[in-house]
Amino acid sequence: MTLRLLPATLPRRCTAAALILLASASFAAPPSANRLPPESIYHLEIGLQDQAGRLFHLAELRGTIYLVSMFYTSCQYVCPTTIETMKQTLAQLPESQRGQARALMVSFDPKRDSVQVLDRVAHEHGLDPRVWTLARTDATSARKLAAILGVQYRALADGDFNHSTRLLLIDREGRIAGQTEVIGKVEPALVAQLRALTP
Amino acid sequence: MAPQIRRSLFAACTLIALCGCASLRAAPYAAVPGGLFRGVLTGNDDPPSLVAHFSMRVTPVTNAEFLAFVQRQPRWRRGAAPTILADADYLRAWAAPTQLGEGVAPDGPVTGVSWFAAQAFCEQEHARLPTWLEWEYVASADTTRKDARSDPAWRARILQWYASTTDLTVRQVGGEPNAYGISDLHGLIWEWVDDFNALLVDADSRVQDDAEKLRFCGAGAITMKDRESYAILMRIALLSSMNASGSTTNLGFRCARPNRQATQ
Repeated sequence: MTLRLLPATLPRRCTAAALILLASASFAAPPSANRLPPESIYHLEIGLQDQAGRLFHLAELRGTIYLVSMFYTSCQYVCPTTIETMKQTLAQLPESQRGQARALMVSFDPKRDSVQVLDRVAHEHGLDPRVWTLARTDATSARKLAAILGVQYRALADGDFNHSTRLLLIDREGRIAGQTEVIGKVEPALVAQLRALTP
Repeated sequence: MAPQIRRSLFAACTLIALCGCASLRAAPYAAVPGGLFRGVLTGNDDPPSLVAHFSMRVTPVTNAEFLAFVQRQPRWRRGAAPTILADADYLRAWAAPTQLGEGVAPDGPVTGVSWFAAQAFCEQEHARLPTWLEWEYVASADTTRKDARSDPAWRARILQWYASTTDLTVRQVGGEPNAYGISDLHGLIWEWVDDFNALLVDADSRVQDDAEKLRFCGAGAITMKDRESYAILMRIALLSSMNASGSTTNLGFRCARPNRQATQ
């Protein structure tokens, strides 16, 4: 609760500007796209900011295998379940391969989900920062990311969001290698796809 | 004195003429004063939504305008754009990646463009796609009234447009402007909106089972406020069924941008 008392306005504005700069910088000079597959989500040039405040391009995740989902932290019911489901899915990997896959959750509520809030949520759920990235971005980029991932969300009058929940598996080249809309339990097909990527 | 006045008059006229030319070159936008609005997606128990002042392109983006865009930005040409941003239907009606060809009118609305491509076009003119609410707000006007929705004759006219078949090769933008000075919202094409992937609809708002409940977060599902607006509901149904990389031969777009002042 005390987090709300932090002087959030100025840094947040700066952050928004930085995210926009990040996005436009990449637009002017795309990172050497050395033959991204046409189905790669890294054709989308958006900037993100993680729970430690670090700014990065989505395309910097190239080379990483991860599960991705979109959420908002004020969500009481579905979003914690999504985090649990992602945890359990990753835990299905044999111990020797666990380091090979990560987890990314991107907020579509940039107004409320500041870096501080993301950091608090990461701590509350005991999320290892070497594996877990909770990120925020500007409203336009969130809409684009949702579009490319096939996630639907809509702000409601009371500040909540109505949204679909989708858990996607991204391969090293940014291709969608698997996905499920089932949460609350581990989806065997997704685990199989994850194992196939991490031999 | 007299020549001086004449000279300054001349200067003023030149200035006005120059400004006129400049605004002709730039895409024409009309200022839309904001207001409170109850759209079809506004819940029965929700307060009306606040639409902020904005500007909207007077007509949908034309083939000629989109051609100029892909000439400037090769990465958005058919065949060059990655399939995840624009699928195989992208600009399929064109003769070649930078050539419209026969049957594709330069002043006809561009269709067969993905949501990502439409966004990219709008961004290069410092705009974005309109939100669903903005689009519906402007599309509720007829030629004289800003909100004609309660008029059965207006509804019937719109439905008639949707029922009639249009010859795709003779379509041109620039129909009769509505009360905001904006044309072609009905009767020509379907249009992308910024939040096309936000139009979740629960038609009968029945109690969902647990599995269904898990898919959605947040308070009550959307109920259609105005079930008689079939024409509007058809648009929502179409947009909800689209992928952002997809397109259809009837789906085009126009752009909008925020406008801090109401200029009407």
